[in-house]
Amino acid sequence: MEAPLLHFALVGTPNSGKTSLFNALTGSRQKVANYPGVTVERKEGFFVTPQGRQVSLVDLPGTYSLRGRSPDEEITRDMVLGREPGEALPDLVLCVADATNLRLTVRLVLELKATGRPLALVLNMFDIATRRGVAVDVPGLSAALGVPVVTSIAVRKGGTDKLLRLTDEIAAGGKAPAGENRWQPLTAAQLRANQREADRIIGEHVSLPTRPDTWTARIDAVVLHPVGGLLILALILFVMFQAVFAWAQPLMELLSSSFGALGQFVHAKLPDGLLQSFLQNGVISGVGSVVVFLPQIVIIFLFILLLEDFGYMARAAFLMDRIMGGAGLHGRAFIPLLSSFACAIPGIMATRVIDNRRDRLTTILIAPLMTCSARIPVYTLIISAFIPDEQVWGWFNVRGLVMFGLYAAGIASALLMSFLIKFFMLRDYQPAPFMLELPDYKLPRLKSIVLGTYTRAKMFLQRAGTTIFSMMVLIWFLASFPQPPAGATEPAIDYSIAAWIGKTLEPLLAPVGFNWQIAVALIPGMAAREVAVAALGTVYAIEGGKEAAEQIGQMLATKWSLATALSFLVWYIFAPQCASTLAVIRRETGSWKWMAVTFFYMLTLAYLASFATYQIAKALGAG
Amino acid sequence: MTDASDAATQFPLGQAKRGYSGVIRRIAADACDSALSATELESRLIELGFVEGARVTVLHEGAVGHDPIAVRVENVTIAVRRREAMAIMVS
Repeated sequence: MEAPLLHFALVGTPNSGKTSLFNALTGSRQKVANYPGVTVERKEGFFVTPQGRQVSLVDLPGTYSLRGRSPDEEITRDMVLGREPGEALPDLVLCVADATNLRLTVRLVLELKATGRPLALVLNMFDIATRRGVAVDVPGLSAALGVPVVTSIAVRKGGTDKLLRLTDEIAAGGKAPAGENRWQPLTAAQLRANQREADRIIGEHVSLPTRPDTWTARIDAVVLHPVGGLLILALILFVMFQAVFAWAQPLMELLSSSFGALGQFVHAKLPDGLLQSFLQNGVISGVGSVVVFLPQIVIIFLFILLLEDFGYMARAAFLMDRIMGGAGLHGRAFIPLLSSFACAIPGIMATRVIDNRRDRLTTILIAPLMTCSARIPVYTLIISAFIPDEQVWGWFNVRGLVMFGLYAAGIASALLMSFLIKFFMLRDYQPAPFMLELPDYKLPRLKSIVLGTYTRAKMFLQRAGTTIFSMMVLIWFLASFPQPPAGATEPAIDYSIAAWIGKTLEPLLAPVGFNWQIAVALIPGMAAREVAVAALGTVYAIEGGKEAAEQIGQMLATKWSLATALSFLVWYIFAPQCASTLAVIRRETGSWKWMAVTFFYMLTLAYLASFATYQIAKALGAG
Repeated sequence: MTDASDAATQFPLGQAKRGYSGVIRRIAADACDSALSATELESRLIELGFVEGARVTVLHEGAVGHDPIAVRVENVTIAVRRREAMAIMVS
């Protein structure tokens, strides 16, 4: 009979090298999902011991104690205590420590012992500790703590052999009898007593490093310099932006044209009709519009993972904390918000680095206000059609100023929203003070970067793909049905439900200066912002879509007033014109509620701002 | 409570300049204007290793208002805002 699957849980403080040990043990045999009802990532992997025992290993969120002060830490506590519904009680809790820095983990071990779960301490990064001259009396430490202790070097081949042998020894003894669970949330006095006890045990069995890490100090002297540090941060961001815009562009165009060609192929092979239109305009362009974001997502996550593994992310948060703090944002929100200038989707996915739920939610809600790259085609079209190409005050180009103003308005409104959210919506939530470990720098490992990027890319395609895809099909349906009657002279979209909705919405949109053609274009524009450009071309019956952008511009200049054009620009700063972003918000927050909140607050902002713009412009004679 | 002569030499880490090095004498979370409750703040500080007797050094300061600060606590570096560091009494 095959031995039953063993369930192990991996626990450790942040930066203990928990994830690299997890990757070393399980390799690509990983499953990433969410715990039910929360946005906490559940990472499970599998490995086989030398004697052939199957082990399931769950990588629990990093924590300094079992107090459970955030949803992530509550998961760790509940998993260890066997309170998490639908989860097996772990047969063994593996507590991972950075061997160069044992103080906080040994205190955690003392707390974990009270749960009565079988426990083992893994001294990871043992090679670095040895190099720095840290000597650990492993049997002594094991005896003092009363738990097995093994050393490991997760990043080296064979570095987990001792841990695997220990697993077999434990498995051979059958399921270890669990002790009584005496765990209670610790008071400050008990935490303090545990820390003293931990310091005493470490003092007896671990020697201090004789060759401290000078590299970290040297790098930090430059990177955390009040002026130089900010300049370096700006430089890193500049390179990141260049990568996202410049490097991703050829790949995105390749993907986009491949899907276009595939659509053309289907168009040519199938007879005209519903099936052809559904496959070409619904399925292929729907899937294509999702997949086209993949290069940007891969590049952004490559940068984020590299900087995170190197240890720089905590430093960036340190540098930006006070600057972001004025708007009620956490220092860690900086990178996600910045990524949102490329595209809100990877930006929202990147908010996973913020461990506090309230801070993360605030960041997710305001991320779509950052001017993403999909707004650029819309902005350039309207600006070049309506704004004169003139210089003012010597240097400034009016068009450039308008573009800058649109970006600035996005940022200002995001900061304002964050401020409002802080005061009105999440007031009962305990704000997280900025307290963060600045880990020693480490060379990023190729394996963990590749695995991490691959996991994110897969998650994006799988999860967001399904929701985005169904929205695309819905939008196609609205824009295609009912079909135009035989001998129809107007563009097909004029006979569709989308046009009906557009005409119905017209009285509502009249105060902001939109005609029914704009209202119609806004519906396919939900698929992706730049699609509105092509859609305007369609409703104004111009062949050629995006390629004919210049022609569309000329047409619009004759059909729209300046007030309408300005109102349309302002609408695009705020409007939730992106089904993909909404789908990702739904996925990342795990609730329809926050998706709805985002949609309606952005819609309200868009309407009010466009209304004000249109009415003021009209009053000034631009109507 | 500590006696007057002892308390006179103590001051909050939140007022320390870059380069300061000393030893933690007391955690006085209730005297601190943090958004966290005193017990929660005290627990979090201890969790990050700020306990009585630990050696601390202020390594770095932020660009705006010299805030936050990066503090070496024994052999770990922790970033903390000055507001919360006011609860850590050192000498």
